[in-house]
Amino acid sequence: MSAPETRTAAQLADALAAGETTSVALTQAHLDRIAAVDGDVHAFLHVDAEAALAQAAESDARRSAGAPASRLDGVPVAVKDVLTTVGMPTTCGSKILEGWLPPYDATVVTRLKQAGLPILGKTNMDEFAMGSSTEHSAYGPTRNPWDLDRIPGGSGGGSAAAVAAFEAPLALGTDTGGSIRQPGAVTGTVGVKPTYGGVSRYGLVAMANSLDQVGPVTRTVLDSALLHELIGGHDPRDSTSVDQPLPALVAAAEQGALGDLTGLRVGVIKELQGEGYQAGVQARFTEAVELLVKAGAEVVEVSCPSFVHALATYYLVMPCEASSNLAKFDAMRYGMRVLPDGVDNPSAEEVMRATRDAGFGDEVKRRIILGTYALSSGYYDAYYGQAQKVRTLISRDFAAAFEQADVLVSPTAPTTAFKLGEKLDDPLAMYLNDLATIPANLAGVPGISLPSGLADEDGLPAGFQVLAPALADDRLYRVGAALEAALHEQWGGPLLAKAPTLEGGTR
Amino acid sequence: MPEITRDEVAHLADLARIDLDDAELDHLAPQLSVILESVASISGAAGDDVPPTSHPLPLTNVFREDVVTPSLTPEQALAMAPAVEQQRFAVPRILGDEQ
Repeated sequence: MSAPETRTAAQLADALAAGETTSVALTQAHLDRIAAVDGDVHAFLHVDAEAALAQAAESDARRSAGAPASRLDGVPVAVKDVLTTVGMPTTCGSKILEGWLPPYDATVVTRLKQAGLPILGKTNMDEFAMGSSTEHSAYGPTRNPWDLDRIPGGSGGGSAAAVAAFEAPLALGTDTGGSIRQPGAVTGTVGVKPTYGGVSRYGLVAMANSLDQVGPVTRTVLDSALLHELIGGHDPRDSTSVDQPLPALVAAAEQGALGDLTGLRVGVIKELQGEGYQAGVQARFTEAVELLVKAGAEVVEVSCPSFVHALATYYLVMPCEASSNLAKFDAMRYGMRVLPDGVDNPSAEEVMRATRDAGFGDEVKRRIILGTYALSSGYYDAYYGQAQKVRTLISRDFAAAFEQADVLVSPTAPTTAFKLGEKLDDPLAMYLNDLATIPANLAGVPGISLPSGLADEDGLPAGFQVLAPALADDRLYRVGAALEAALHEQWGGPLLAKAPTLEGGTR
Repeated sequence: MPEITRDEVAHLADLARIDLDDAELDHLAPQLSVILESVASISGAAGDDVPPTSHPLPLTNVFREDVVTPSLTPEQALAMAPAVEQQRFAVPRILGDEQ
């Protein structure tokens, strides 16, 4: 039997159900793996071995009693540090929340606990999810397990690196402009941004409420479907939660894995390929589309002309919402409080200014100031108002494209993982990483990224993105699983089997 | 669309309640100008007849039954406060000298 940490969550669940292993054993195996490699990878900001093992022991007791709480009962999971967790700090990668212990669990965390998944710890991220490289974390960057000198994507680089480095079989991420899918692409893993409103945002520390979604981060399409079904569905505590049942996601993944896509219409988005996309990324994308055709799909080219404005629209809408959201970090009720230097009896406002200067990093400051500017009197119509209108055009483009195709496809990110530091102080170059993922957030439609292969130039993973109409998340799983099966057959196994062995690795 | 000046950034930082020192202003102001220049392309991208979208899915107000549900205890709510006094958040003075 292979080492437990290299197996998929579905395989681990089956092994638990068959009584071949225990949750304590496989939770311990993942904790050992974290101890061995996380010094290099730095996917975790906090690991709670004791609590995870206690939850695992409870899971084993339920299994012994013949009453598992869910199919994934006992399979360990990691949680992005932007989701609140009772008993574990929630920092959002920011100094301003260093050591903050939330008084409540995010709904998705409650669901993990109810389903019996031991929580290994909290994963690293760009501060308040603002970034595409995890370098904007106040606690130091996460490194890409494929090459420790490269970025793991962002903002959820910690969750993606944790599953890529076999430190966890499952993780939760959040995606505002690509923060689940782009890290998935550059680490050779799978990530899904569900339909807006499909997964509760209660307990997700908001960056941009109208764009944020929680979703699964895994190594296989089926594992994402299993986790998505577990965390998704209506939550009365989130007023934007969709009040209807999720489609059958696991069944769609299982059906897709059979490899027959006959009758499916696939739209290749003209505006999200070609110029600006690395040759190796584009080549793997084109080959993957051919595999879909082989599986019986019909391919058409679709045009979404307003997508050329998506990046600009996003970098107005998002900072506007973020600057409003982050106003709550005022040094009064929780989080850091810093007194200004050399001021006797400072006022609340002076304390607020000093705290926000000390507590926020560069990228957060940039976005708050940009949002404050775009929302200010005299500029509102030109910036925020205009961005909201273009958002309508982008949704209309999606609607028209989905008339012609059941799913839309593109490369997930324009390039493979770049070197740490390369774009850290060049915000525009950093923002371009989100070019292909942003339209889905603006329109609220679901998207998946799965590995398409290694780029010829650098031998690093590239990602393939599938987008579906709102509430049709099942299509992502059907198409994703079919492509994954075809690619695995071609590669003779998962792409991650080609990743270099990390120091202390057991593979 | 106008370039954003160093003075404007200082003013915006003031509105956003962030103390930025001279070095930070020197660093951020040119970056913000570049970002603004790049987003300026959307001006004119949508005509006056296009309705704005604030949210990806149509939303209506959501209500629940008006019944008492459990909430945080005062101890839970205050547990992470920077300062507490008499079961309340203790904050610095809120009025200026001239007031």
